[in-house]
Amino acid sequence: MRPGDGASGVFCQCAECKKILLAGELFEALGVCPNCGHHHRLSAARRIEVTFDPGSFEELDADLRSIDPIEFPEYSEKLRKAEAKTGSRDGVVSGVAALDEIPVSVAVTDFDFMGGSLGSVAAEKIVRTFERGLERKTPVIVFSASGGARMQEGLFSLMQIAKTTAAVQRCRDQAIPYISVFTDPTMAGVLASHASIADVILSEPKALVGFAGARVSKQAQVSKVPDNFQTAEFVFEHGMIDRIVPRKEMRPTLIRLVRALGGHLRG
Amino acid sequence: MAKTWKEWEKPLLELDEALGKLRELARVATPDRRAELERRIAESEQRRNRYIDVMYSRLGPWEKVLVARAEKRPYSLDYINALFTEFIELDGDRRYGADHAIVGGVAFFDERPVMVVGHQKGRNIQERQYRNFGMAKPEGYRKAMRLFDMANRFRMPVVTFVDTPAADPGVESESRGISEAIAAAMQRMFELKVPVVSVVHGEGGSGGAIGIAVANRVLMLEHAIYSVIPPEGCAAILWRDPDRGPQAAAALRLTAQSALEYGLIDDIILEPHGGAHRDPPGAIRAVGEALARHLAELGAFDGEALQADRYAKFRAMGRFGEGAA
Ligand SMILES: [Zn+2]
Repeated sequence: MRPGDGASGVFCQCAECKKILLAGELFEALGVCPNCGHHHRLSAARRIEVTFDPGSFEELDADLRSIDPIEFPEYSEKLRKAEAKTGSRDGVVSGVAALDEIPVSVAVTDFDFMGGSLGSVAAEKIVRTFERGLERKTPVIVFSASGGARMQEGLFSLMQIAKTTAAVQRCRDQAIPYISVFTDPTMAGVLASHASIADVILSEPKALVGFAGARVSKQAQVSKVPDNFQTAEFVFEHGMIDRIVPRKEMRPTLIRLVRALGGHLRG
Repeated sequence: MAKTWKEWEKPLLELDEALGKLRELARVATPDRRAELERRIAESEQRRNRYIDVMYSRLGPWEKVLVARAEKRPYSLDYINALFTEFIELDGDRRYGADHAIVGGVAFFDERPVMVVGHQKGRNIQERQYRNFGMAKPEGYRKAMRLFDMANRFRMPVVTFVDTPAADPGVESESRGISEAIAAAMQRMFELKVPVVSVVHGEGGSGGAIGIAVANRVLMLEHAIYSVIPPEGCAAILWRDPDRGPQAAAALRLTAQSALEYGLIDDIILEPHGGAHRDPPGAIRAVGEALARHLAELGAFDGEALQADRYAKFRAMGRFGEGAA
């Protein structure tokens, strides 16, 4: 269990400043270090709990599960381990919820499930999240936390980025507002698809955000790499996202946005 | 297993070299010697062709990687210049700059106006640098989007030629939003109400490739590859050893044959004997025939149907279980 999720012990250590903290205190602070402000990663369940109206979340499509479509070495074992670790069947938890009583369609990625990688199940859940937004005429909110496409599914995984992009396109056609939230990390295939083409893009502070693995980018580079390269702050500076939102302000920010952008849906 | 293209083609190059020497000897030989030499030439040719048959009938995934990257294969502009008439390159992204790793413009195919877009690699050091090794920056994808939009407005079919190791991974590209550019280009392709055909003729390298390959028909050359990650990169992540590319290539199932079997592409274009690089005009002819056939088939549908078909096709991609395990 991660520091922000309500660690089992009395004490825990900040992953960034290494300060020893009371586990309960960090939990109450939504996983944000009271000393340095570091945003620890959250599980999908905790993210939903701290973001949406209490008790409003109804999980859907929980019975989707990954198979091993190209019989990739060790994929089945990795899936089983990730299931045991997270108690979920894949990295995306999706369903419907409410924000200040406004119904929304949501998908949240759990980085702990194979790095939140986008495979057939994750993409299908995200696409159904967009489709539910379309059917129910509600805004769509997607929280990303992913290293990218799930290479263990080979070309299937590359096609998933086209598939989620197509779903965004349909929502756009029907004026369904879509808010994308980057959390640490939002990378590669996920960044190069639905995550980057939302009506509004928010990010948690200091989240890792980038297309290529940092190592690849730096290798490819002749000139100096900026200190904040591939962070939320870097992409914000370059105009790729709209706001950096600290975790405790995320819920009120989302409420304002769905009220403003989704006004036409409520008549 | 051959690690490099040189190693892989070495026996063939040796046969070719021997054949060249025999031909040279025959050219200067006295008439009585010439008959004997010509017999040996015919024998050598047969041996060489049998060798090609054997090599190319059982190319493994890694050999396909080597062949797909071979610099003697036709590149996108070779196909464009040979198969289309009156190609006029249009190069502005209207945002930042010209990108030479993606080329595009209007042309005629069988006397019908079409929009053509493709990745372009270079063959020597200067060309490679100019083309950035076929790795497009955001500008390339934004130029492609402009051309897609224009094709849609003027009801022109779109043909794209895919051949890139990856999108450009540098700091510049990150600064100008390479991820957004790729995603937006795909999104634009889903909007199109005209026929779209993509030909993956060399390397279909991950996001860089799919960024211009959201098509009604995706065709692959027989020895082309299409992969979510370069095999060397996959090996580096999985086994911390980029030298295990051959194993990763096998695991990723990046061949045209696998892609067709999984229903992720629509057709395979057979290459000439011994690969496209051994007979570029033959490869270009085969691509031309396939394009003509697929464009004719798609011509029967109206714009709404074409858009719906493209959506339905990608919507259905993915394999998973549902319900109780
Ligand atoms: Zn701290």
